[in-house]
Amino acid sequence: MNRFDYIRPASLEEALAAGARPGAAYLAGGTNLLDLMKVGVAAPALLVDVTRLPGLDAIEETAEGDLRIGAMVRNSDIARAPEIKALFPMLAEALLSGASAQLRNAATAGGNVLQRPRAALLDGMRGDDRDLAVLGWTDACACVHPSDFAVALAALDARLEIAGAAGLRAVPLADFLSLPEGAAEAVPALAAGELLTAVVLPAAAARVAGHARYVKLRERTSFAFALVSVAAALEMEGGRIRSARLALGGVAHKPWRTPAAEAALAGAAPGPEVFARAAALALEGAAPSGDNAFKIELARRLVARALALAAAGTPARVPALPASPLDADHGAPAYV
Amino acid sequence: MTHTVNLVLNGERRAIALDDPRVTLLDLLRERLDLTGTKKGCDRGQCGACTVIVDGRRVNACMSLAVTLDGAEVTTIEGLAQNGELHPVQAAFIEHDGLQCGYCTPGQIMSAVALIAGGEAADIGDDPERLREAMSGNICRCGAHRGIIEAVLDARTRMADAKKEQAA
Ligand SMILES: Cc1cc2nc3c(=O)[nH]c(=O)nc-3n(C[C@H](O)[C@H](O)[C@H](O)COP(=O)(O)OP(=O)(O)OC[C@H]3O[C@@H](n4cnc5c(N)ncnc54)[C@H](O)[C@@H]3O)c2cc1C
Ligand code: FES
Ligand code: FES
Repeated sequence: MNRFDYIRPASLEEALAAGARPGAAYLAGGTNLLDLMKVGVAAPALLVDVTRLPGLDAIEETAEGDLRIGAMVRNSDIARAPEIKALFPMLAEALLSGASAQLRNAATAGGNVLQRPRAALLDGMRGDDRDLAVLGWTDACACVHPSDFAVALAALDARLEIAGAAGLRAVPLADFLSLPEGAAEAVPALAAGELLTAVVLPAAAARVAGHARYVKLRERTSFAFALVSVAAALEMEGGRIRSARLALGGVAHKPWRTPAAEAALAGAAPGPEVFARAAALALEGAAPSGDNAFKIELARRLVARALALAAAGTPARVPALPASPLDADHGAPAYV
Repeated sequence: MTHTVNLVLNGERRAIALDDPRVTLLDLLRERLDLTGTKKGCDRGQCGACTVIVDGRRVNACMSLAVTLDGAEVTTIEGLAQNGELHPVQAAFIEHDGLQCGYCTPGQIMSAVALIAGGEAADIGDDPERLREAMSGNICRCGAHRGIIEAVLDARTRMADAKKEQAA
């Protein structure tokens, strides 16, 4: 690890000023940054510890009725928060399917969304072929965004609240990461020194609480990144799907929303045919980027499975194996 | 620049001078404070051998910079036994053969102690599947997981019973 300076500013203003210095990096839980520093992929000259900044460690309702998760709230605390379990249970399931209890205790909301691709830790930016993207990739980069949380957030139309020298701004999470031609990894829409201060969930997204699931396939039962994952949420009305939200993880450099599939579901009665049609649309344009053609069919099947599980209803408590499509006992639905 | 880190380490107040901010909590414990009970397996957050309890929560000491912990309360495996008596989780690991080589054991035990003491235990109940999932951040290369899960379930029941008795 390179030598660096360390500071722990007491106010947001101080943090923003320090964060704008050349070579500075914000340190939250450190579970991703330290990992990258240990292998020499990241070598910041200055670590700006933002974990004790005031006002970033609470989950609270905004004046507009949205739910604001401070950037420093730990992943385990988000997953256990009563308002998350009641309004956005898919977030709890996604978080609890990620990493380990120890890591979730340290990892923050902001750090999770901003974590860099796992491929960055391996050889160059390619990593293991099996893990690579099948959607939206370029010749320069086929790495996938590693976060489970971000996939569920994208499906729920979450916004990111960002502080900079000019004040606060908001960016939809789905637009936050881009992959310019020639870039070796996805680029977050953050200017130098900008600090992510919160993740905001629109009140309207709580309408899918009764039919929302995060489903994740991995190489082992627990404590593994997603090979493919799906966040599926349905707004049901009189036995039909009024609107649908669908995002895929493990397939692209960012959480992959699927407008065409969502449109095909709207107004339909839930059932295997419409789910299969939506799954085909969700993977439209998919192409292998390495030894990973299997992921396309796997993702299709997982979309259909996730939609079926969502239609059956959100279980009253997160299943014993969160997000596992192999968990036989999904429990009784919470909302009927 | 030297940083001073104040810790309550296994119940004892310590002011530690750090000449290098790169030192992880794991290296501080093992290399500088001679508390070698906490083990280093992967040094990357992947195995759980380094699990310690910081402010009541289990974390990977290898992924935590010591300099960030000023004011924290840290408990390691050395801080569990009281007056020469093993912690109930330690005793249960021995009784249930929850170990073979023992390398992962301090991390397993710290993880279980935090889990039982913290909010997670209520979610888990008596369900071994939920407990296995909650313990998945501690990997045992010897495959002693079966004994480990039995030990944790048993220790949890006994600690709850002891609490009830005390209250009565
Ligand atoms: C072994 C292992 C297994 C894992 N498995 C999974 C998994 O299955 N699923 C999953 O989703 N994740 C997994 N993770 C990743 C884990 O979720 C992330 O490491 C964690 O969420 C990062 O959060 P942090 O607070 O520790 O971030 P940090 O490491 O502190 O920061 C991450 C990055 O974001 C920047 N940053 C942090 N906060 C801010 C902010 N507020 N504003 C601006 N920049 C900021 C930092 O400079 C850094 O570049 C795993 C990690 C490990 C080590
Ligand atoms: S040594 Fe810390 S998790 Fe392996
Ligand atoms: S007892 Fe040997 S690694 Fe667990």
